[in-house]
Amino acid sequence: MDAPLKEQITNALKAVTDPEIPVVSVIDLGMIEGISVEGTKATVQVLPTFVGCPALELIRKKIKDAVEKVRGIDYAEVIFIYNPPWTSDRITEMGRKRLKEFGIAPPPKLLEKEKEWSVDCPYCGSSYTLMENVFGPTACRSIFYCKHCKNPFEAMKPVFLN
Amino acid sequence: MTSVKNALEARQNKEYVSALTELLFQLADDDFILAFRGSEWLGLAPHIEEDVAFSSITQNMMGHAFMYYQLLEQLGEGTVDELAHERSGKKRKNAIMLEKVNGLGTYLQSPKFDWAFTVVRHYFYDVNKKIKLDCLQDCSYEPLKHAAINIRKEQYYHLVHWETWFKQLVKAGGEAKTRMMVAVEKVWNEFDDVLSLGPRGEVMANYQLIDREDVIRQTFMNTIGDVFENLELGPLPKLKEMKKSGRIGEHTEDLEKALATLTEVYKKEPSSSW
Ligand SMILES: [Zn+2]
Repeated sequence: MDAPLKEQITNALKAVTDPEIPVVSVIDLGMIEGISVEGTKATVQVLPTFVGCPALELIRKKIKDAVEKVRGIDYAEVIFIYNPPWTSDRITEMGRKRLKEFGIAPPPKLLEKEKEWSVDCPYCGSSYTLMENVFGPTACRSIFYCKHCKNPFEAMKPVFLN
Repeated sequence: MTSVKNALEARQNKEYVSALTELLFQLADDDFILAFRGSEWLGLAPHIEEDVAFSSITQNMMGHAFMYYQLLEQLGEGTVDELAHERSGKKRKNAIMLEKVNGLGTYLQSPKFDWAFTVVRHYFYDVNKKIKLDCLQDCSYEPLKHAAINIRKEQYYHLVHWETWFKQLVKAGGEAKTRMMVAVEKVWNEFDDVLSLGPRGEVMANYQLIDREDVIRQTFMNTIGDVFENLELGPLPKLKEMKKSGRIGEHTEDLEKALATLTEVYKKEPSSSW
């Protein structure tokens, strides 16, 4: 097993983004479940964020292209797998930070007891917010409203195992 | 029943694979046709936020159908596109209630769609879909089990969405409530085959693909019964027996027309991904 090669692939994947959230890499979204290398062939296991997401084929191609540019890899296979299921808490701290910078609140965390979402406004930081529409402009985003600064904003939709 | 890991393993047992494909066709065709009815609402929903939400739900549902068709493809039933677009009505296993038109007119010609009917149909459907997805968490066919776990993450929001609409419109009283009650009766009259697993339901249960139909029905009746009670809608009426069942490929003209529309789009651009 060629450890440095795997590292290079991981680094290459840090430049691959989901077309719907162009600032966060597939690594930071927690979509990459496994990378294996056999000779000059790499296999990447990817967890789709949404079932039948229309962007999947595009993501497959972007990952394949990026991995095949790594020196020592001639061929990359991208496999979508559904176990384990992707959830929004797979997004890394770096991913959450980048989302915020982009103006999208990171996915809220579920407050177990109240069964309510807690999400901070990306503009003023207030937690005095309200989920207005769980369905935003794309499958992965929701629309919130900040009662403090009175701005609507988008957040990554919380996805969890219920 | 030990778990079956993949299509290759499933195909070792003829009876197993036939019950499994039957179940997958029901799941796929149900989501597919109701998503199609949802897509006809694009631009016509009561307000802009609903338009965004409904189209997102519809897209998710198409994704769910796609996922089930993919499992069928792995079992050698044909490609996803063929399964979705090229099967005649007789081969479709969706429940009849789900193929019914949204109301008067068509998408292109003076649509006078019935929002109350849409809310009730989607809500009742999603209550039942959730119950089935819960059962499928223990499905003996692992690829279906994992698909169901993923689908359930998204379906949770659909159910919340339609439940909110249902309760709000009923509680609003006046014309809203009157229309909702008319819609409830209409949906209820032909809801029986939504709850049906078809003639091979027992085989499905024996192989631990899904719970027994009577168990699923009971859970559904209890859930909706509680909702009726909380909204003071009185006791739940008994479901009516139906003359036809979509689970054995019996359908209405509404399905034929829907398939003609779908096929037209598909034939124009067979390569378009969905
Ligand atoms: Zn704010």
